[in-house]
Amino acid sequence: MSNAVAHADHGHARADAPHPAQQHHFDNLAQQKEAAVIGMWLFLLTEILFFGGLFVAYMIYRVWYFDAFAEASRRLSLFWGGLNTAVLIGSSLTMALAVRAAQTNNRKWTINWLLITTILGCVFLGVKVIEYEDKFANHEVPGYNYDFSYHERHLAVEGHAPAAGEHREPSLSPEQLQQTTQIYFSLYFTMTGLHALHMIIGVGLMLVITWMAWKGKFDAQYYTPVEMSGLYWHFVDIVWIFLFPLLYLVNRHI
Amino acid sequence: MLDTLKIPEQHYLHDGHSLRSWLLTKDHKRIAIMYLMSISVMFFIGGLFAVGIRFELATPQGDFVTADTYNKFFTMHGVIMVFFFLIPSIPAVLGNFLIPPMIGAKDLAFPRLNLLSLYIYWFGSIFTIAAMVRGGVDTGWTFYTPYSASASNTHVVPTALGIFIAGFSSILTGLNFIVTIHRMRAPGMTWFRLPLFVWAHYATSLIQVLGTPVVAITIVMLFVERAFGFAIFDPQRGGDPVLFQHLFWFYSHPAVYIMILPAMGVMSELVSTFSRKRIFGYSFVAFSSLAIAVFGFIVWAHHMFVSGISTYAAMVFSFLSFSVAIPSAVKTFNWSATLYKGAVSFETPMLYAYGFLGLFAIGGLTGLFLATLGVDVHMHDTYFVVAHFHYIMVGGAIMGYLGGLHYWWPKMTGRMYSEFFSRVSAITVFVGFNVTFFPQFVVGYLGMPRRYHAYPDEMQVLNVMSSAGATVLGLGYVLPVIYFLYSLKHGRVAGPNPWGASGLEWQMQSPPLTENFTEAPQVIHEPYEYEHIVVAKEKHLV
Amino acid sequence: MSIFGIPIFPDQASTFARDVDALYFFILAVCAFFALAVAVPVIYFGIRYHKTHDRQIGARIEGNLPLELLWSVIPTIIAMVMFGWGVSVFYHLRRPPAEALHLYAVGKQWMWKFQHMEGQREINELHIPSGRPIKITVTSEDVLHSLYFPAFRTKYDAIPGRYTELWFEAQKPGSYHIFCTEYCGTNHSGMIGTVTVLEPAAYQEWLQGGGLEGTLAQRGARLFNDLACSSCHVDSGRGRGPSLKDIVGTTVELRDGSSATIDDAYLRESILNSQAKVVKGFEPLMPTFQGLISEENLVALIEYVKSMSPKATTTAPAAPPAGKK
Repeated sequence: MSNAVAHADHGHARADAPHPAQQHHFDNLAQQKEAAVIGMWLFLLTEILFFGGLFVAYMIYRVWYFDAFAEASRRLSLFWGGLNTAVLIGSSLTMALAVRAAQTNNRKWTINWLLITTILGCVFLGVKVIEYEDKFANHEVPGYNYDFSYHERHLAVEGHAPAAGEHREPSLSPEQLQQTTQIYFSLYFTMTGLHALHMIIGVGLMLVITWMAWKGKFDAQYYTPVEMSGLYWHFVDIVWIFLFPLLYLVNRHI
Repeated sequence: MLDTLKIPEQHYLHDGHSLRSWLLTKDHKRIAIMYLMSISVMFFIGGLFAVGIRFELATPQGDFVTADTYNKFFTMHGVIMVFFFLIPSIPAVLGNFLIPPMIGAKDLAFPRLNLLSLYIYWFGSIFTIAAMVRGGVDTGWTFYTPYSASASNTHVVPTALGIFIAGFSSILTGLNFIVTIHRMRAPGMTWFRLPLFVWAHYATSLIQVLGTPVVAITIVMLFVERAFGFAIFDPQRGGDPVLFQHLFWFYSHPAVYIMILPAMGVMSELVSTFSRKRIFGYSFVAFSSLAIAVFGFIVWAHHMFVSGISTYAAMVFSFLSFSVAIPSAVKTFNWSATLYKGAVSFETPMLYAYGFLGLFAIGGLTGLFLATLGVDVHMHDTYFVVAHFHYIMVGGAIMGYLGGLHYWWPKMTGRMYSEFFSRVSAITVFVGFNVTFFPQFVVGYLGMPRRYHAYPDEMQVLNVMSSAGATVLGLGYVLPVIYFLYSLKHGRVAGPNPWGASGLEWQMQSPPLTENFTEAPQVIHEPYEYEHIVVAKEKHLV
Repeated sequence: MSIFGIPIFPDQASTFARDVDALYFFILAVCAFFALAVAVPVIYFGIRYHKTHDRQIGARIEGNLPLELLWSVIPTIIAMVMFGWGVSVFYHLRRPPAEALHLYAVGKQWMWKFQHMEGQREINELHIPSGRPIKITVTSEDVLHSLYFPAFRTKYDAIPGRYTELWFEAQKPGSYHIFCTEYCGTNHSGMIGTVTVLEPAAYQEWLQGGGLEGTLAQRGARLFNDLACSSCHVDSGRGRGPSLKDIVGTTVELRDGSSATIDDAYLRESILNSQAKVVKGFEPLMPTFQGLISEENLVALIEYVKSMSPKATTTAPAAPPAGKK
């Protein structure tokens, strides 16, 4: 991804001086932008392969241990997961609007939409904190305090009857669940953790781009960093679009 | 004539002398020089471990070091040589230095990313060396689970993290090369006028970009299992240790093509220049590089024929493994045919090229044994495999690297090295290498397993031969350090084109200016044309 | 085979060692041919076309399409021959004959534990008869290992959580190496032993001398009682668990509607993860024995259950790990 450090080109006395954002080793701004676009898409391709390894592991174990996965998936909150999905999709909208504002040289709304996107990203991360805290409290963290039956016992102790129509016989024994659901939760934490890390980086990126917009580094000819950050943001959003049904919606019925 | 040659006043090495001007440089050439120094250090560290291994294996008993120490030796040797030497070597040193001038550009597409990739490499190396100093790791460079995830009580996590970090250096280099080759070519430099060195690096970069992320995530999975007690490969909680192998080899097989393709690129340049003739079958060599990159991704389970995959899966992977052998064979034949009716001379780079041809041929051919199911069962995890990959990695990749270093040294430094000592070194390496590794084919078929600290008495003679050869090989590697360093001050001034080679890089002065060319070159010649070079040399234009 | 007392080729001690070696020599011949086909011209051209004066350049030759096709197609054909021949030898290596003598091998850091059906247990030693196919079911108690008999030309990995197998038929009486060939930690190179191939009569004699605990199946019968399996698995079929008589090799319907074939892998899974494949008509009441039974006792128990199906042929253990649906 190129950046927009102001770069006065001292050696040229030509009338059509290069744009301040054009770096010296490029012939023109168009070449620079093309390079940035190819570079960013290549980078996103590496990210697809990076997450891909986890998806492969997930797919294999889901086929082998479907019942355990279904049982464990029920422990995830549809409310928080759904909320987060809506938040991220919304943030992709605001991101696209930010790019549009930059494209039309609208500094004020570039900054505004970027800030809203950042806030939505932080909301997402805040919700994940809530969900993770819940997992720790429920003894659903493998290798830490894992006890799959804690949740049921805890509900019974607190006098919470299962919701109407919710009482089911799991098809696996408690010992079996204790063993095989750990893979599900291991993948859950690794996949959502890696995703959250990418979100944090994304939020950082947003702050940098917002600052650059505030400093007036973008114009209608040059807003490449906004666009490239947008690509990155959309990618992180799309990863979540896959994670949500795979982790939250295993064998759930309307 | 020769003594009128002088080192030019202005060049990239003189463009700022402070440490800051080096550490904050955007010049691909300076970055390449810093990579050269770094990977040379890593090479000798990895080499020290090899000395330890061969010393121990001179006797059948485990009497030099303890079993645990020996296990750490071969692990560290593999980790450092694969991830911190071979993978970066040619791309980070020669690729970084030469790709922009070869295509007529002023720099790579992303110079700051290039510097970042160097910093990341340093960071990863320091991590791994720190782990080594604190006690090392003993899982083998392949980190198979469950041993690496639970049973080993060595520094698995920091070593694995060091490799993870270094992987990003590789990804960024590949990304940079791909974008550069696509978008930064000078006017007239069409794809089919590119030097084959560039084609080879393009194919290598595809693998770096697509494959490395998979080993990165595999390391992440190993890390969470070991550090947090997560369950991903743990058989007691339903996990499959063989899944680790699939994920690991999905990268690590293409990785071997990252290691050999750049050396093949160097080969094309050397064979052409030192027979003063265009490469026979240019487009076949170019497309073979791409074919190797593509096929390299679909053969990974040939490392797992006896590891729990089904008979049918084994058959599929065996079949595909033969497919990747064919393009390599095509290239070898094309290089050989280039010599026909050439004007051949045997300066040191050509000696390395000849060495490569012989040793890579043997290494590649022995791969056929391993791709063949019926025989692989017997050979898997024996010294036959060790010999096979050393023929390719050392006999192939390192010969290519050294050949390239000797070829482009005058361009990079403006100086020539001692031709006498460099030839002695090349021959020493060739002889030492064969004495070290050929006996390993024999002892491997005899049944000697890999990673053995002690072995049955009857295998001693072959092991002693191998260890003796290693001593000679080591000497051959030490010599270049001496004469290269000596040449920096006392070497004959080289001039822009001491070899009379074609290629845009030889139109630059030696050493080059920071911006490479004063004017953007206009490319009108096909690659590897020598007629105009001779004319230009006569007119003292090059 | 040795030269000046230095061994350079392993013994051919099994029936298929010759086949593997024949394939090996074919590939060796092909490799030698191509190595020479490259080396000889390359050296010859280097001499014949050596530069004679400083300004000399090579001839202007771009390439030759027929030649490119020739040296692409011919290696491809040769590769296909190697592939096909390799598959046929491999297939033979992977298909134990039905009448093979069955043994178990358990790898553990850092020893090999062998168990004969008749009850003998050996550590790092294995006595077998010549002239009979031997099938070894292999597993591991901890990390990956690999059981390798170089003189027989076969090996297979020992994977924790699964059964794998290899087979051979030894011909030459004698003693040969056993190696572990999957790195497994500190004493990986100490995880070695000797396989002693005995003439059939000598093997029978050796068998008499051991097995104080009875056969593997007899040991399994004692475990069957000790672990209270007999309290549910009654022969009449009216107990809390299904009858185990004559079930091996049959296909049963499970509670979830799917079906399963009763083989070694099914038996192993049902002991370790009893809820996974419960037979239709029975409640999922069986306790799981994961972590409560050692690998050696597990094979003894399985052998006992198999002995209750005397008419069934031994089926190959399936590849999937315990727990896989």
